[in-house]
Amino acid sequence: MKLVINGNDVQLDESVFTITDVMDHYHIDNKVVIVEHNGEIIDQSIYSKCTLADGDKIELVQFVGGG
Amino acid sequence: MLTIGEKNLKSRLLLGTGKYPDFDMQKKAVDVSETDVLTFSVRRMNIFEPSHPNFLEKLDAKKYHLLPNTAGAKTAEEAIRTARLAKASGLCDMIKVEAIGCDKTLLPDPVETLKATEELLKEGFTVLPYTSDDLVLARKLEELGAHAIMPGASPIGSGQGILNQFQLSLIIEQANVPVIVDAGIGSPKDAAIAMELGASGVLLNTAVSAADDPVKMAEAMKYAIKAGRLGYEAGRIAKKRYATASSPMEGISV
Repeated sequence: MKLVINGNDVQLDESVFTITDVMDHYHIDNKVVIVEHNGEIIDQSIYSKCTLADGDKIELVQFVGGG
Repeated sequence: MLTIGEKNLKSRLLLGTGKYPDFDMQKKAVDVSETDVLTFSVRRMNIFEPSHPNFLEKLDAKKYHLLPNTAGAKTAEEAIRTARLAKASGLCDMIKVEAIGCDKTLLPDPVETLKATEELLKEGFTVLPYTSDDLVLARKLEELGAHAIMPGASPIGSGQGILNQFQLSLIIEQANVPVIVDAGIGSPKDAAIAMELGASGVLLNTAVSAADDPVKMAEAMKYAIKAGRLGYEAGRIAKKRYATASSPMEGISV
């Protein structure tokens, strides 16, 4: 699976099909992370149902320090 | 008690979470400040180093009202996107609208700020726009329904303090929602002045996080804000050109 994650071209295992698989792959399933799939914010409850295709753009964002 | 939207806050200090030397010092500073509201930003996760610690994991975030900002946005569209991302975390429904219109001064773009505020209010956010200290803009933001108005004291992170007390006092006098003086505070004196002018609160970050001793400065800011507020409520004396003696003139033994 070829994806663009946070602006980086990445090639992931063929076993990666869903947002949940991406989160597992990067070991971020236990973190506060917000996911955007092709410009659309994905609700946490449907990560496992959100299927991906080659070329999809994923944004994984988090909270960082700021004022 | 300070009320912003439906949030009741015990502290009038809103504290930023950027640029602390380390998490341990940040936690101590946050604790001693006794703040109820922490601000933070939304950024891409470093997927190549996901184990990098995050401040939310170090602080007991449930103890605080989280106020994400839209820093990095230059347009209403970008600010709205960031606000939606923050809300999707399920951790907060407040947003500090920050749409920057000048890279050098980081002063806000009034037109984009208004647009973003309007849309986010429609979407049900509790909206606190960061704005320049313009009286008419502040009024228009309030008319849209903004839950607080946050005029800058001076450019973000500059520590120049309150450059225009007159403008700020006009905004405070006019407002029917809380006015939080945001950005540019350098020292406890600046925070106290803002509160003496009648501000409902102060939002600061760099003044604490970049101080030589952030923990001590957080404590100093806490007291300055309390002192300024008490002074405002107590009502200061009018200024006179000449002296008036504090001691009685009768019975002087000479």
